This record gives sequence, C-alpha cells and structure tokens, in this order.
Amino acid sequence: MNAVELTGVGKTFDTGARGPVHALSGIELRVEPGEFVSLIGPSGCGKSTLLRVVADLEQPSCGSVVVGGKSARQARLDQDYGIAFQQAGLLEWRTVVANVELPLHVHGVAKAERRARAAELLALVGLAEFAALRPSQLSGGMQQRVAIARSLATRPKLLLMDEPFGALDEMTRERMQAELLRIADETGAAVLFVTHSIPEAVVLSDRVVVMSPRPGRITDVIDGRRPRSGSGPAGRGVDGALPDSALPDSALPDSALPDSVLADEDVDGVRESAEFFAAVTEVREALRKGSA
Amino acid sequence: MTRPTVATAVAGPRRRPSLDRVWPPVAFGILALVLWELVVTFSGVPAFLLPAPSAIAAQVVAAFPTILATAAVTGGNALVGLVVGFVMGVGLALLAARSRIVSELATPLVSAAAAVPIVALAPVFTTMFGSTTEVPRRLVVSVVVVVPVFVSTARGLAQVTPVHHDLMTALAATPGQFARFVRLPGAVPYIMTGLRLAAPASVIAAIVAEYFGGLQNGLGSRITSAAANTAYARAWAFVVASIILGLLFYLAGLLAERIVTRTPTRREP
Repeated sequence: MNAVELTGVGKTFDTGARGPVHALSGIELRVEPGEFVSLIGPSGCGKSTLLRVVADLEQPSCGSVVVGGKSARQARLDQDYGIAFQQAGLLEWRTVVANVELPLHVHGVAKAERRARAAELLALVGLAEFAALRPSQLSGGMQQRVAIARSLATRPKLLLMDEPFGALDEMTRERMQAELLRIADETGAAVLFVTHSIPEAVVLSDRVVVMSPRPGRITDVIDGRRPRSGSGPAGRGVDGALPDSALPDSALPDSALPDSVLADEDVDGVRESAEFFAAVTEVREALRKGSA
Repeated sequence: MTRPTVATAVAGPRRRPSLDRVWPPVAFGILALVLWELVVTFSGVPAFLLPAPSAIAAQVVAAFPTILATAAVTGGNALVGLVVGFVMGVGLALLAARSRIVSELATPLVSAAAAVPIVALAPVFTTMFGSTTEVPRRLVVSVVVVVPVFVSTARGLAQVTPVHHDLMTALAATPGQFARFVRLPGAVPYIMTGLRLAAPASVIAAIVAEYFGGLQNGLGSRITSAAANTAYARAWAFVVASIILGLLFYLAGLLAERIVTRTPTRREP
C-alpha cells in the first residue's frame, strides 16, 4: 500500500473577475512507504497546493487522493500524517515541550504519556535541555526543529513538509537536512517535501518531482541521491516509530537507536560526490525545460 | 533555572526609569495643591466656588468612616458589575468568533450598547428594579464594561495566523479545541487590555448611576447630598475618595494586564 497515491488530480481556484486559475492539472504521483519524495519547481507551480491537497487542507477539483489507503480526509482525521510548514508555527503561550505535545494533547493522550513522548522527540532533535523555554527564546533553526519534533508526535507513517528550511541560513539548513535524513531513516516514515532549492531536493530525496506552472503539472521525475544507513528503513520493518521500549524513558537512550545511524559525514559525502552534481544538473535542466 | 536571571535582567534597568517618570507628576501635584491653597486663602474665593485643600482634607479626616463605608458600597457595585460585564463580554466574543450568526447579531448590539449614555439608562433601571436594591447600579456598570471587553476580545480572537489555522486543521482539532488551544490563549493580551480599559470606567458608571435615586449609601449619592446641603468641602472630600477609588481600579487593571501578559525576554544567550 502506497503512502500517497494521486490519480488525475487537478485544482482550480476561482478568482472571480480574472477567471479561473489552474493551480494543478493531471497530477499522477505515488509515494511508497519510507520513500522520500521532493516537489520542486518555480513559484506558482502548485507544489505547495499539491502538498495541501494531500494534507486535506485544500480540496482537489478533480481526481482521487489516497493517503495510506484512505481518503485524504480520513487520513487527516486519523492523524496518519505529520506536517511542518515554512513557519514553525509554535504556540508562544506553551513551553517548547508543550508545543511538541500539542498533537497528543489535542487527541486526549494522558499527560504522563505525552510528556514522555515529547521528551523523547526533543532528544531526537537535540533540544532536550530547552524543553522548559518559550518558543521565542529559541533561534529560528531551533524553532523549526521543535516543529519537526511536533510533526512526529503521533508516530506518523507520512511526513508532509512545506519548505520547512526555507527561512534558514545555508549552514543551519545543511545541518537540518542531515538531521531530517537521520529522522526519516530512524522512523522509516515516507516524506513528501516541498522545496525550491535544487541541492536540497537532490541530497534529501529518493525521487525529485519537477513541476512547472500554468497549469501546475509534473514535468519530470529524477532520481535523487539520498544517503542511507547500512540497513535502510525497508529492511527493518519499522512501523514509522522509534522502538516502543524507548517510550517510558524521559530521554532517548543511545541503545534504543538502530546499530547503524546515518552520520553527518555520509550526508556531506553525498554533497561532494560527482553523482550529486550530476543529479543537480539533471534537475536544473528539467526545471529549465519545464519553464520554457 | 533561567527564571531568576530573566527576572533580574528585567527588574534592573526598568526600576530607575519608572522612578524618573514618577517624581515629576508628584512634584507637580504638590505644587498645584500649594498654589490652590494660597490662591483660596489670599484672594478670598468663596467656599461654594472652591474650598481650600486644607478644608477638604479636614473633611476627609472628619468623615473618614463614612467615606470608607460609602466607597466600599460604590466599589463593590463597580466590582460586581465589572466581573459580570467582563464574563459577558468575553463569553459573547467567544460565541461571536465561533458562529457567524451570533457575530452578526452581537456586534451591532454591543456597538449600540456603546452608544447608550449611562445617564439615560440609570433612571430607567432604578425604576425597573426599585430603589431598595443595588441591582440597577450593577447593571449599569455591566453595560458599560461589556463594550470594551467584547471589542478587544473579539479583536484578539480574530488574530489567528494562517499557519496556526492550518496546523489545527491538520491536527483534526474540533472548534472547541481550536478555541481552547489557539484562539483563547492568543487573545489573552487583548482581553486584558479590555479589562484595563473597563476597570476605571466601571467606577465612573457606578458613581454616576447613584445620581439617579435609589439607595443613598454610595459615594455618588453623598456627593449630591453634600452639595445640596451647601457642605462643599464635604462634597469635595467624597470627590477625592471617588478619584482614589477610580485610581485603585485603574491600577488593579494595569497590574492584572502586566502580570498576565508578562512575556519572557527574547533569546537566551
């Protein structure tokens, strides 16, 4: 069963006097379990709209949207996906740890359990010691890590990310990419990732989906250069979650992690490889062709 | 662990400027009182026009138990009205944020309440509820309070960023949860501003409401009766008490706002 399955999806916005705008047209896309797929394209190509359609934040005008074998609406109601936006969107009146807990709080998980889960997630994104602070006391990159931790709270099998690193500086961005790869690897979650950065799409993804505007459509699909740890998520049969044995502990013990953890060097290695530059060139040419 | 450092960091630089801001008005006030006393003593202004501050002070001392008792009655009415009006204003704004029908019904109604002069309402309420009860005064205060509280709460509830809206939709939150987790906490600073604006207004409303009959146990009724008996210094003594009561409510509102909306300092080192 695919994590996401889009068939003939179209979306038309009615702008009134200026006539209808075709944001999406004839979208066919499948995302396999554990797969990392990036959507890339110029502004107005509908990549964010496509993500919002999968998240059931927008309704498609035509076509079918199936998320984990369910309708998009049912998947949203069942909390089958986690989502992160370009803005961290943290609630200032809640502490960092309470922000991570929010999805669990909304769904009535008992306080002790959600606190434990949030502490585990903060450890995962390396922010354990900032749990009691307010969001505004953190830097932009740290806030975005909190938002990513929040998106993982319900152990989703699918992560939807709308330019989550768009507002970060280049160095922070590269660190966050390595971190996201490690998280995706450890949780085995499928990721649908919107970006307008070509190197970001290539280093993160199994597949890079190239889109072009007016109407928003898929023009090309190119293999990315996602680095993987030795075992890879497919071989572990992970259910989109860390081992349950890690739950009762407030901090994530190292022993709970899989043997082969994706290291930053692996990611840096990819960034400096010839295959990486070849793929970047390929995506760039596909983008140029699409906008011509 | 970081709280004390934050607190001292805030308290240190803030204390001196506030002292700097306090002494000029205090000095000016004392100077004005001295000038007032001198003018009244040496120019022979008749007492019914303007009693000397010393005469007023003497009356304050003489009538102190009465002043305290009447201030308690008026202050009590203002407080009850303030609480009732505050709860109504916040509740109404919450309902209005949740349902368009309530919003379209309540908004013009509250705007109309803003336009109603309390001097018009007070005598009507007094006859409606009889002159042996505090209810009409408290109602007048509630009407006056409901307006600023509703308006600022409604504004605060409308301040939801698109990303928070998307987030709560993605989390499949119910409208009630949306209000509890996002709308209401986000509106708290606005609600407190409404309360700060309403607090001194509640005292004014409580005093003015007493001018139109009913029980003769509050500051307002004492001012009118003292003035009617040509006891001008005594009337002024009750005016002074009214000013102090209004200031107390204002400061309490300000303090409540400061406490609730105290935000942590940005970005710890």
